[in-house]
Amino acid sequence: MSKQNYIRAFSHIKNHVVSLNGEYLYHDEALDFSEFIKRAYKSLDTSYSKFFKMDNLSKLAFLAADVLLEEVNSQEENIAIVLSNRASSLDTDRRHQNSIEDEANYYPSPAIFVYTLPNICIGEISIKHKLLSENSFFIFDHFNAAYLFDYAESLINTKKAGKVLCGWVDFDEENYEAFLYLVSDKGNRIHNKEEITRLYTL
Amino acid sequence: MSKGVAITGMGIISAIGDNVAENYNALIEGRKGISRISKIDTVHKDAIMVGEIEASNQELVNQLGLPSENNYCRTAMLGAIAAKQSIADAKISDIKKYKTGLISATSVGGMDMTEKYFYEYLEDKELQKYIEGHHAGDSTQKIAEQLGIEQSLVTTISTACSSAANSIMFGARLIKSGKLDRVVVGGTDCLSKFTINGFKTLMILSDTYNTPFDENRKGLNLGEAAAFLVLESDAVVKAENKKVLAYVKGYGNANDAYHQTASSENGDGATLAMEKALKVGGLQPKDIDYINAHGTATGNNDLSEGRAIIRVFGEDLPEFSSTKAYTGHTLAAAGAIEAVYAVLALQNNVIYPNLNFKTQMKEFDITPQTVLKEKELDTVLSNSLGFGGNCSTVIFSKQA
Amino acid sequence: MSKLKQELKEKIIEQLNLEDVSIEEIGDDDALFGDGLGLDSIDALELIVMLDKDYGIKLSDPKEGRKIFESIEVMANYIAANRTK
Repeated sequence: MSKQNYIRAFSHIKNHVVSLNGEYLYHDEALDFSEFIKRAYKSLDTSYSKFFKMDNLSKLAFLAADVLLEEVNSQEENIAIVLSNRASSLDTDRRHQNSIEDEANYYPSPAIFVYTLPNICIGEISIKHKLLSENSFFIFDHFNAAYLFDYAESLINTKKAGKVLCGWVDFDEENYEAFLYLVSDKGNRIHNKEEITRLYTL
Repeated sequence: MSKGVAITGMGIISAIGDNVAENYNALIEGRKGISRISKIDTVHKDAIMVGEIEASNQELVNQLGLPSENNYCRTAMLGAIAAKQSIADAKISDIKKYKTGLISATSVGGMDMTEKYFYEYLEDKELQKYIEGHHAGDSTQKIAEQLGIEQSLVTTISTACSSAANSIMFGARLIKSGKLDRVVVGGTDCLSKFTINGFKTLMILSDTYNTPFDENRKGLNLGEAAAFLVLESDAVVKAENKKVLAYVKGYGNANDAYHQTASSENGDGATLAMEKALKVGGLQPKDIDYINAHGTATGNNDLSEGRAIIRVFGEDLPEFSSTKAYTGHTLAAAGAIEAVYAVLALQNNVIYPNLNFKTQMKEFDITPQTVLKEKELDTVLSNSLGFGGNCSTVIFSKQA
Repeated sequence: MSKLKQELKEKIIEQLNLEDVSIEEIGDDDALFGDGLGLDSIDALELIVMLDKDYGIKLSDPKEGRKIFESIEVMANYIAANRTK
């Protein structure tokens, strides 16, 4: 029989707030996303200059993952990553599209194009935390706790991964929402669909 | 719980053929599908070559019998055609008889229609129907509708060029764990200005025929294609007395953790993916009879993947080749296209030539198979390596 | 020439999102890639786009870029000699 797994920690970035395990880490009401995430990065003392080269979706996923993984400070190397969202890489797709629409001002940017895939944000997290583990990105209409639960349980129970970083990172226009959580064999929150949904809606 | 994961049907449409038989004939006759682009009016049309599917959108609409007010993008139509072929090949008449899911991979989704009609959307109400069809999940939903899959797991994987390999891997797990009895897995991507321009800015598009693993390789040719495979559990195979084409024997995925788009110098992610797949399959490197490489013909991929192959197999490796010279790089669909080719290789005991190869790479001594070779094959290993460092390997076998 | 160098430093910081770097910190002879500013292959491609867009210089081989982008000094000399706008 598979044994009980736990949610070791979780993070949110939404509505101008960065939080870890439900507690505010950074909050600034008056800012648009790009200014908000930059100030959050600075206030959290995240020293990683490549951050500024990332697109919005990657910044969102990266920072949410970083506060969580730094807190857990795990020696575990085999952390799989399973993320999902609704808008895929749409925000960056639009930017790329704009750069190839106008023949008179036609300069597609390589630095933008490389972010026109949703899973690049997983790559950014993997590069920073040196995770050479299994990773996948799914597109859903809405947050799907049951699906993420099954995938994470399967990875841990078949020993494909020691821990799994799961969640939802969505960016579209000025709407942004990140909810990440780390599934582990240790912790004090039971890993089940109800608890995932409860933490998501906090 | 199912021990084996049986492949009981396949469907494909690519630049070298509209079905499985046409693709196989082109493969063994060494006929590539690379040409100048004819269906997209791009400023790069004289500077690139592509693997384009012959049928126009209208022909695809007719083939699927869609009403004139449909809002299918080309990605959805290609996917629906390949998926329907796979169901017919598996001789499935009642899709609802078993718990059947659909996992479809795509990276461009409905981008083709968006870039075509973007500026007309505000004025032309008729065209606004395509807005709904833009997002990646819409093509999957349409394929599910075409197959009559309603109440089961339907999802989209988007992990760049390893997407379809990941959908095969995920489908195999769902069968093994007993969550599904049957699952249709694969991927679909059409050509678009979006990807042509993007890859052009990365300066990795060849202006001539792509030449995988050649010292003087100049980059890749983009291609469009769709392919789907039907995976079934032991129980379904037994109950329905199914003919099994091959089995999904092993699979592995790892992140290269190196760069957004470039592969690491020594192919760390690809090495791990191959090692994991061998372990899942309970196989040793010597058990692999043929490697269908990712082999995109970019400077970076072929060097990194070649080194990874040497790390796993040593210098004494089985024959390997890339079929990208036939089809172009079909992005999210590539893993499924090459899965179909791997199964055909097993069924016919042949190894496809790595077309256009002339000059040995100077960084290592391994050389791809350059002519068609007959060889008794039991296992074929297929690599799919994607942007974002997402690396996947799937192993196909004659035995469960 | 010093005006062009100043302009290049500003553009590089702006285009490549070097948030933590100031103009004063980039020496004319500092290596832009590798140990210097730590630029990578995508940055090189981005600089190729900048040459085209702002100075009318078209490169077709990314390997050419690596030589031209060795330092601000080398880059400024190349642009001064080859610019069409």
